[in-house]
Amino acid sequence: MDLLLDGFQTALAPENLLFAVIGVLLGTAVGVLPGIGPAMTLALLLPVALTMGADSAIIMFAGIYYGGMYGGSTTSILLNTPGESSSVVTAIEGNKMAKSGRAAQALATAAIGSFVAGTIGTVLLWVLVPTVADVVVELGAPSYFAILLLALFMVSTVLGASKLRGFIALFLGLTIGLIGTTTGQPRLTFGEPLLADGIDIVVVAVAIFAIGEALWVAAHLRRKPLEVIPVGQPWMSKEDWRRSWKPWLRGTAYGFPFGALPAGGAEVPTFLSYATEKKLSKHPEEFGKGAIEGVAGPEAANNASAAGTFVPLLTLGLPTTATAAIILVAIQSFGIQPGPLLLENEPDLVWGLLASLVVANLLLLVVNLPMAPLWAKVLQVPRPYLYAGILFFATLGAYSVNFQAFDVALLLVFGVLGLAMRRFGVPVLPLVVGVILGPKLEEQLTQALALSQGDVSTLWGEPVAVVVYVVMAVLLAAVLVAGLRRPTPADPEHSGRDEEKELVER
Amino acid sequence: MQQSRLLAVLTAFVALALVASGCGVTRGSDDPNNRRLRMMIPNSPGGGYDLTGRAAATALEDNELTGRFEITNVLGASGTVAMQRLVNEEGADDLVMVMGLGVVGAVYTNGSEATPREMTPIARLVEEQEGILVPADSPFRTVDDLVAAWKEDPGSVTVGGGSSNGGPDHLFPMQLAAEVGIEPGEVNYISYDGGGPLTTALLGEKIDVGMSGLGEFEGQIADGTLRVLAVSGEERLDDVDAPTLTEAGVDLVFTNWRGVLAPPGISEEQRDYLVDLFTELHETDEWQAALESNGWTDNFATGEEFEDFLVEQDARVAETLEELGLA
Repeated sequence: MDLLLDGFQTALAPENLLFAVIGVLLGTAVGVLPGIGPAMTLALLLPVALTMGADSAIIMFAGIYYGGMYGGSTTSILLNTPGESSSVVTAIEGNKMAKSGRAAQALATAAIGSFVAGTIGTVLLWVLVPTVADVVVELGAPSYFAILLLALFMVSTVLGASKLRGFIALFLGLTIGLIGTTTGQPRLTFGEPLLADGIDIVVVAVAIFAIGEALWVAAHLRRKPLEVIPVGQPWMSKEDWRRSWKPWLRGTAYGFPFGALPAGGAEVPTFLSYATEKKLSKHPEEFGKGAIEGVAGPEAANNASAAGTFVPLLTLGLPTTATAAIILVAIQSFGIQPGPLLLENEPDLVWGLLASLVVANLLLLVVNLPMAPLWAKVLQVPRPYLYAGILFFATLGAYSVNFQAFDVALLLVFGVLGLAMRRFGVPVLPLVVGVILGPKLEEQLTQALALSQGDVSTLWGEPVAVVVYVVMAVLLAAVLVAGLRRPTPADPEHSGRDEEKELVER
Repeated sequence: MQQSRLLAVLTAFVALALVASGCGVTRGSDDPNNRRLRMMIPNSPGGGYDLTGRAAATALEDNELTGRFEITNVLGASGTVAMQRLVNEEGADDLVMVMGLGVVGAVYTNGSEATPREMTPIARLVEEQEGILVPADSPFRTVDDLVAAWKEDPGSVTVGGGSSNGGPDHLFPMQLAAEVGIEPGEVNYISYDGGGPLTTALLGEKIDVGMSGLGEFEGQIADGTLRVLAVSGEERLDDVDAPTLTEAGVDLVFTNWRGVLAPPGISEEQRDYLVDLFTELHETDEWQAALESNGWTDNFATGEEFEDFLVEQDARVAETLEELGLA
């Protein structure tokens, strides 16, 4: 406790507070900009940071990291242009909310959810960092494979009205995920070295969401006049609060452990949270049209995951995300040795950082919440200008992922795919899930089998894997039983046409 | 009103994006020392090539040996894309590229025609030794223990590394295997996405041995949770209590090096200018401090020495990868 108080003293020192403010502002800005993520920002700031004290630099970096997670939701919600892979899910419901005049509420639930998740996550850190053993390294490839399979399974239960269209989208996504040479053999690269590393999910998501939509709107512009988006209430109503708080907590519960796991990441918990909220919601019919739970849960999940990342980073010196890896480089550049002895050797630094995470979180809420109604007004810009802006941001985002003009060409190709998917009522979430989960699943499977020299029984050789498979079996049984009790509401062809009609009308 | 506000917001973002993408500014002077150069880095910000390149550029700028560098990270296929771009810029007299052993390997595994032999070699800058790492309670106490078990059943020893095929952590165990009489094709190599995941696998005892540069493992080595059986360079490392491979009875010296190339077809005058520039860099205090703080070993070489070295490395990598059917 004394250490924590000392930590707050470090974090609240005027100079460090200033750097925390700079960090969260910068983080929010790069989070808002698609393509430029916190990892790249930190890397570019490394030389500058070395001229500051270790405390200040690390505190600023933590602010940027948290800020990036906050900011990512803004463009997702307003412009349907996810800036980071972890805010892709937010775009699905968030942008629909914005279109129906509830942008301010979507932004607010994202900001408050992030705050709640970040704060709970940080408190969990205080408790866990001194005690956590080497549990996180016990999970091997078989367990991750099982967990990813569970994620895929859960998402596939919320494919949408037409199972056929849902699976088309999922397999399209898995196919896009095959591109690259990660297995040692080039697949679908057509001899193009720029495709060797696969296609970045940000490029795919921005293309399908933003470009696809811009093309769709352009194609229908002359046929019917565009309605002006209603302004709506600036703040969250009681009802919004009531519907948000549980998803915030559940999102946190998904996000934190995934962040703490070496191969967890921030994307999988956002999918799980979305699928869970859709299943549990009292308003399942609102999903796909702007359900606030679908924003609250995933946004809490990605922030909690950011907090979780600090567990292996501070206790074992293990970076689990690109951003954490750069923070580690920074720690090392100051001549501080990360790893299991960090807490023992540098208690001031560690506790200062942990305290500053709370400060950063509070600052972010203060900065972001009043901004929500202001941001929401962006949508009142006349449509032609708004979509020009969306196209600009989408292109900027795709380009800045790798600084390759080639990615802009890919953006346009996938944009056309996005338009086609809209035209034929194919849902986008399964595609995004396929692109993200496919390569991860494959990596863990090949790794597990390589380690066991081809012995398949290794896949259920870890206790965690067994537990996950049991959970999956129970869920599957539940789905089947529910399916027997009440027959499927409408035949897929019919409901599909409804969806399409609805899309055309929009 | 609303439009102008949006415009202001957009302008702010564009400005920020420009700053973030690291656009340099010319000093605009005729002084040759203020010449503006471009530097290409073949991996992402924060990676090994990036840290080396940016440290060099900063030292050169701070000593006013050059004007501001315009640094671009050209990502893709482990450096192959950047090498191709260097060929495309044939004759460009204001461009250098940071590269190293990993890029040499990647050129082969990706079947690219833009090989290091085509480029104009400028200087070799730094090297890092590889280490052979095992978890604390591994049955392997010495290199001999490892070699004995490995020879008996090559497939049963799982070897992890932080690089993909053709990278230093992959080439090192393959050359080590060949040296002790194991068919490299039989090595059970598992590629992890960098030092972090590799550490996780070692700590969780998912793999038997890890092969990697030791920078990312300092904490675990100091703490005793990971042991180093041997290091791969010519001399022992100061802060690691482990023999070199040669001392341990294996006749192999292997280092992961990084250096600087220029495009093919530049004038001799330009090449000499760049060689002199990096020779001056090597003398600066800033550069020596950067070596120290990053734990890089100085292995500066230019001219014929670097040229011969590059040809030798290229041939050695090609041989290893051809044996594995990867080139």
